Amino acid sequence: MIPERWLNLGVLTLLAAVPLVASLAGQPFTVTLATKIAIFALAATGLNIALGLGGLVSFGHAAFFGVGGYACGILASHARNYEPLSTWPWDIEGTTQMLTIWPIAVLLGGLAALVIGALSLRTSGIFFIMITLAFAQMLYYFAISWPTYGGEDGLPFYLRGDFPGLNTMDPIQFFGICFALLLAALFTFHRLHRARFGLSLEAARQNPERLRSLGIRPFHVRLLAFVISGMITALAGALYADLNRFVSPAMLSWHLSGELIVLIVLGGVGRLCGPVVGAAAYFLLEHWAGAASEYWQFWFGLLLLGVVLFARGGIVGALAKDHTHD
Amino acid sequence: MTSLLLAEQVLNGLQFGMMLFLMSAGLTLVFGVMGLINLAHGSFYMIGAFACASVAMATGSWFLGLAASLAAAAVAGVLVELLVIRRLYDRDHLDQVLATFALILVFSEGTRYLFGSFPLFLDVPAALSGAVTLPGGIAYPVYRLAIIAAGIAVAIGLFWLVGRTRLGIRIRAGEADREMIAALGVDIDRLYTIVFALGAALAGFAGAMLGTIQSVQVGMGEPVLILAFVVIVIGGIGSIKGALIGSMLVGLTDTLGRTLLPVAFSTILPPSDANAVGSALASLLIYVLMAGILVFRPSGLYGGRSA
Repeated sequence: MIPERWLNLGVLTLLAAVPLVASLAGQPFTVTLATKIAIFALAATGLNIALGLGGLVSFGHAAFFGVGGYACGILASHARNYEPLSTWPWDIEGTTQMLTIWPIAVLLGGLAALVIGALSLRTSGIFFIMITLAFAQMLYYFAISWPTYGGEDGLPFYLRGDFPGLNTMDPIQFFGICFALLLAALFTFHRLHRARFGLSLEAARQNPERLRSLGIRPFHVRLLAFVISGMITALAGALYADLNRFVSPAMLSWHLSGELIVLIVLGGVGRLCGPVVGAAAYFLLEHWAGAASEYWQFWFGLLLLGVVLFARGGIVGALAKDHTHD
Repeated sequence: MTSLLLAEQVLNGLQFGMMLFLMSAGLTLVFGVMGLINLAHGSFYMIGAFACASVAMATGSWFLGLAASLAAAAVAGVLVELLVIRRLYDRDHLDQVLATFALILVFSEGTRYLFGSFPLFLDVPAALSGAVTLPGGIAYPVYRLAIIAAGIAVAIGLFWLVGRTRLGIRIRAGEADREMIAALGVDIDRLYTIVFALGAALAGFAGAMLGTIQSVQVGMGEPVLILAFVVIVIGGIGSIKGALIGSMLVGLTDTLGRTLLPVAFSTILPPSDANAVGSALASLLIYVLMAGILVFRPSGLYGGRSA
């Protein structure tokens, strides 16, 4: 048993050190794997705000991931083809600048979360799970049947976005960008958790009536948490699109929503580094077990079933001794 | 758009709605009685379709396959309830979502291992193939009419079962107060297993019926499952009547939207654009319907309580 703080430090150091060493040793694949882990950890950190702190089991976070991804893909492909996005009423050009793409992706993700959240937070429990899933599925089918941006085939855009002073096509430099954003999101999560907002969010989960009697409306707190959560996940979506230089409806699929929840639960619900540990465990398992068996998801399903039924608290919960969240 | 075509699309919508009802009736019972969200319900749909396909291929009889689909899905339902679901009733929704998500992975990959990734195709049985001419001059496939008839029969059977039999009384009592009926001497564990297996069998039946006119493949259950969720959100948790009304609304909205919207847009847009815009918007219609109902009735049309 080790203090959670040291565990977090160790995990993040490891996640930064392994790709650095791999890059020096000429192993770009390992760097890409670490980048994928960092991006999914970022997406799951977004979900962790809604799910871990607020207890809002959103089964539709793929919606925000996909919105971020498509924002990035659409802007980039317009810029590469020198086609303006629209000519009326204003001229809007595409862009490949990450510093422009990110705010747009985050804003659109937040907007989607505001609409979906405002509708689905009117309900709770099983209803909330089903409705978030249904809205994500709505965007999924829309992306499939809208032919302008590739429809079912997806949209390739060949080059990553540009970042001032960096070569984003170099795996280790792109990893650096993703890792820095992950750290920023973890810092945000940490500060939110300790702030008045985070406390009222946890209170909204544990005892909404008492929170209401204190003069704070649970609906507003939850909606704000849902929007922040969607924004962070959308940012991760934009990075994932850049990693693959490709977006497709798969980024919006319900399977991805399920995976994000799995990452959090594997790592530890509501834990700061739960998503990071969960993402690392999941993708390393996918890498190794996927190489051993084509049907590795069968065994992963059994493992997950065992974790849910018999081992609660996730990996961080099993390793760290201070139970801040139970 | 002739009225003949429109009538045909209404029938298609009814047929689609009936199949959705078979899926959502089981789900809504499990939600209502046990308070459990079961993502793996789509897997029973898939199991039913695969059981029908393999038995029909082995014996040459589609009707034997249909019986096998009911049996296989019910057995799978009993096993899943005894081994996994039983441990989840007292857990929070997050654990239920995760465990049943894990079940989907196990069932889907297991089926892929057994049958491969290529879809299987079933032939409509000779007794139900061909088309009949309905009053008004619509030539309509017999098999699709059989689906509608089977759906109506199951709906009547379910209403009778829940409303008029001793088992139905227990199911409704379990929905209202589980501690009380346990105290009155009803074996609640067995009741839960029966309800779960009944839901699974209905899903398997729907899988076999629809698998015959579509294709039988891994993952076929999930799109239907998500539509069944929409149905339940519209109809209200635990209400079979709500599931029936919701299924009809979703089935008709979706089918008619896909036909009518492209036609409607062709009056203002060039044909190729009209088709694209119309079909893209048609895929959103049922979710708009769901959102609209949520705004006015957050617990669904017939939902007494929000679970």
